[in-house]
Amino acid sequence: MSEQHLDARRLLCPLPVIRVQNTVATLAAGDILQVVCSDPGALHDVPAWCRVHGHRVLAAEQRGDEVRIRIEVVAQEPPA
Amino acid sequence: MGEKQALICYAVRLSSKAKFGISMSTQRKAISLISGGLDSMLSTRVIMDQGIHVEGINIFTGFCVEGHTHAIRKKDKKKPKRNQALWVAEQLGIKLHIIDVIEEYKEVLLHPGHGYGQNMNPCLDCKGFMVRKAYEWMQEQGFDFIITGEVVGQRPMSQRRDTLPVIQRESGAGDLLLRPLSALNLPETRPEREGWVRRDELYDFSGRSRKPQIALAAKFGFEEYSQPAGGCCFLTDKSYSDKLVDMWAHRSSRDYELDDIMLLKVGRHLRPRPHFKLIVAREEGETRFLEGYRKQFVHLQSKSHNGPLVLIDGVIDESDRLLAARISARFGQGRDAAEVEMEITDLDGRSQPLTVKPLRANEIPQDWYV
Repeated sequence: MSEQHLDARRLLCPLPVIRVQNTVATLAAGDILQVVCSDPGALHDVPAWCRVHGHRVLAAEQRGDEVRIRIEVVAQEPPA
Repeated sequence: MGEKQALICYAVRLSSKAKFGISMSTQRKAISLISGGLDSMLSTRVIMDQGIHVEGINIFTGFCVEGHTHAIRKKDKKKPKRNQALWVAEQLGIKLHIIDVIEEYKEVLLHPGHGYGQNMNPCLDCKGFMVRKAYEWMQEQGFDFIITGEVVGQRPMSQRRDTLPVIQRESGAGDLLLRPLSALNLPETRPEREGWVRRDELYDFSGRSRKPQIALAAKFGFEEYSQPAGGCCFLTDKSYSDKLVDMWAHRSSRDYELDDIMLLKVGRHLRPRPHFKLIVAREEGETRFLEGYRKQFVHLQSKSHNGPLVLIDGVIDESDRLLAARISARFGQGRDAAEVEMEITDLDGRSQPLTVKPLRANEIPQDWYV
């Protein structure tokens, strides 16, 4: 298990989501991704992306002008 | 309500598979172009109801309306700050893959083989490009066909009876492209011929009326959905297109970066001289957004009165600085004052005070506004 940090500040949605998506694709199940964004929309969109892909959002909060989200990568199952 | 819709979709998928005896070995997979609007939401659900495994793909060109503008402008704070395509995917209970095509899309915008629409919108080339990206994704991921929410006759450029086949041909997708909402008005596609989907459960929508879509949404229990009136792309917007054309007209090349096209979405743009323009924040949200560009642009801010942050795009001399400061002062609370103290900051970070008389409204010619 590893922990990665992603700086998505100054990017507007959907770019933070795309960065998260592309980073998660390089990680293994159980790995942690910590992302920091400045677009307040990321507080909704990044967890939404995690939910539709089955990844676990461990924490999501806004601190001042920054949004911080902590994600645990979950293994993807092929279509049934 | 969102969870309710998602649960319904999940239950529909399970019951559809059971109803039609779909096994692991025959499971067909479709990739659906999801814009975030109602039509792609409906077409996806129609195919899911036939027991097909569907995943969504959303193509990000940099010109998409959703998200960015809501994030930037504080006045839009009542609108949900959410990506509509992701929201739709969640309602449908499907995965969504967002593809960044900003670089590749330049060729589509700069050299559209089929030309532009009413503004700088290369809709037909754009749709062909998006379907091609979906087709490439489909091949890479081992999916079987593509679906879109296109409806014959709904849009004047890309959704006409004579242009829908162009999209099939130029994207390379051919008859692997299925339009579930309009399929009965179109020739059979391979998914229909092969029996992957049942043609008699597809639709014959056509024209600009939204009534059939609204009725189908009600049938599916979709209580909330997006209905963008002017499309979901800034290139269909006259004001945005005017700014884009102005930018190109005053540069040596039509090439652009993401920051260029983002800045066209924000603020008032005034070009008092051919070699520079001003970008004037209109409200707090835009000011905060433009603050991120302070290191890339010479900029002005009022010190004696409240006023907007103003970026200067271009190379300016002393007389231009004075003019820019007088224009900027016009848009602050000192507009009627005899003098306003401005501060101009250069690219090296050094700031200089400038005391100016604000221009009066009638001293700003209308043709300075881009």
